[in-house]
Amino acid sequence: MRLVVDLNRCQGYAQCAFLAPDVFTMHGDEALLYNPYAGPDQKEKLERAVAACPVQAILLDDRDDLPEPAPAGAAEGGAR
Amino acid sequence: MNGDSYVERLRREGRIVVVGASLAGLRAAETLREKGFTGSLTMVGDEPHEPYDRPPLSKQVLLGKASAEHTALPRRRDLDAEWRLGCAATGLDMAARKVMLADGDELEYDRLLIATGVRARPWFHPAEAQLDGVFVLRGRDDAARLHRRLEDGTRRVLVIGAGFTGSEIASACRERDLPVTVAERGASPLVGALGGVIGEVAAGMHLDHGVDLRCGVMVTALEGDAAGRVRAAHLSDGATVEADVVVVSLGATRNTEWLAGSGLGAGPRGIACDAGCRAFDVRGIVTDDVFVAGDVARSPHPLFGYQFLSLEHWGNAVAQAEIAAHNMISASTDRLPHLWVPAFWSSQFGVNIKSVGVPSMGEEILVTQGSLEERRFTAVYGHQGRVIGAVTFDHGRWLQFYQRQIESVAPFPPPYPTVDRRSEGRKPVPAAFPDPSVPTHGPTVSVSGYSPADQRITFTPARA
Repeated sequence: MRLVVDLNRCQGYAQCAFLAPDVFTMHGDEALLYNPYAGPDQKEKLERAVAACPVQAILLDDRDDLPEPAPAGAAEGGAR
Repeated sequence: MNGDSYVERLRREGRIVVVGASLAGLRAAETLREKGFTGSLTMVGDEPHEPYDRPPLSKQVLLGKASAEHTALPRRRDLDAEWRLGCAATGLDMAARKVMLADGDELEYDRLLIATGVRARPWFHPAEAQLDGVFVLRGRDDAARLHRRLEDGTRRVLVIGAGFTGSEIASACRERDLPVTVAERGASPLVGALGGVIGEVAAGMHLDHGVDLRCGVMVTALEGDAAGRVRAAHLSDGATVEADVVVVSLGATRNTEWLAGSGLGAGPRGIACDAGCRAFDVRGIVTDDVFVAGDVARSPHPLFGYQFLSLEHWGNAVAQAEIAAHNMISASTDRLPHLWVPAFWSSQFGVNIKSVGVPSMGEEILVTQGSLEERRFTAVYGHQGRVIGAVTFDHGRWLQFYQRQIESVAPFPPPYPTVDRRSEGRKPVPAAFPDPSVPTHGPTVSVSGYSPADQRITFTPARA
């Protein structure tokens, strides 16, 4: 699963760090650090963090296989 | 053919090419689909990677809390696009409406979006830049290489340039307990973006965290050993710093070279476009089929005197991409202006720095809440009697209020009382921005005047 936090929107409420501490941690009083990639075992916690964020700053994409683009291998780079 | 039917056909079966497969390109493509574009969509990117997020690269990745390879951006929706990754665009023929690619292919378009962004400004001496141990940090691969080297037993890191990226790198290295020297040409870190008053606070953060901070100096030469590994740097004050890792953080240059000779208003300052993201040609006439978004764009902003702003900001890339995408498939009267108020964040030395507006336009600064000494404060920048920008250190929740002040052209100094106003907040003081003719590190907002197709560059670094 991939995720991104809109840190312009984030106000450091730290709900995510409480609900999914393996993915989100507070760095100092207000700054949020997160891992933009999380394993499927984090799905439930992440969904709760997304829902709980008071400013709705977390975008989560839980599709495992995106239909495009194909993995950036040597022969890729051309048309699908 | 009337305008409406052309737009309808464009939305149904048009050909859209997006050059630049990073944050702006991806969000624009998603917005096109979301708004009902069902034609062909081609994404061109010079890197072999699908769109990824850059902010973690100078923070989480260097700290080993995230992997550079796992920074791909989440998608808002499926794109049904053709991806041409690892293949740079090399030219544009505006008359024939086609983009030339490095592999010799050509892509025809009805609408083109240019979101080619910026790249790290390289070390000025090419042979020294090639030394093993000399890095820049802009892309995913840069971050992976630097992180590997930091893991590998580093004696001292030298960071050249104390802008946001340089300061974040220094912060991450200190957190890893690596000895760090920072060399900054200006009077203090962050001085180009936030001015000298805030720069002093930033300098204190470096020093308290054990950074060997050298301001007012330039690195004049890098020295390698017999094996071609960097071993030392020579500074303009005569000092020598021994370092086996050197990170060059001297800002960014815009990726516009591929447009040279195309007739588009593109140059070292970026690509000029109108508030609707339509690119200007060199004659100053707006095109109707070439659009621009993200770091490479510069567009007039009514809140800031209609001057052309270039913004190297994450939030701008998203907001401008959405507007550009909407306008690309809309009739002229349905188009929207890009009115996003500049905003950015940086986290370094455990402090969350956020800003709105254009601080660098400010002449004066006033601490409206908190205290500089505690490094918890809100400070407001004034320009000709109005609020033009604000910055917070660990005070981010107040920022929205100041954004509204900027949007409503509120007077400066602010006449209202604020919570937690201290003695230092009673009187505005000069914001102490460096003279723009004396270059420091690259600013995050450049204000480049009024001429839409201005290709000149007045930034002329003195030779060391």
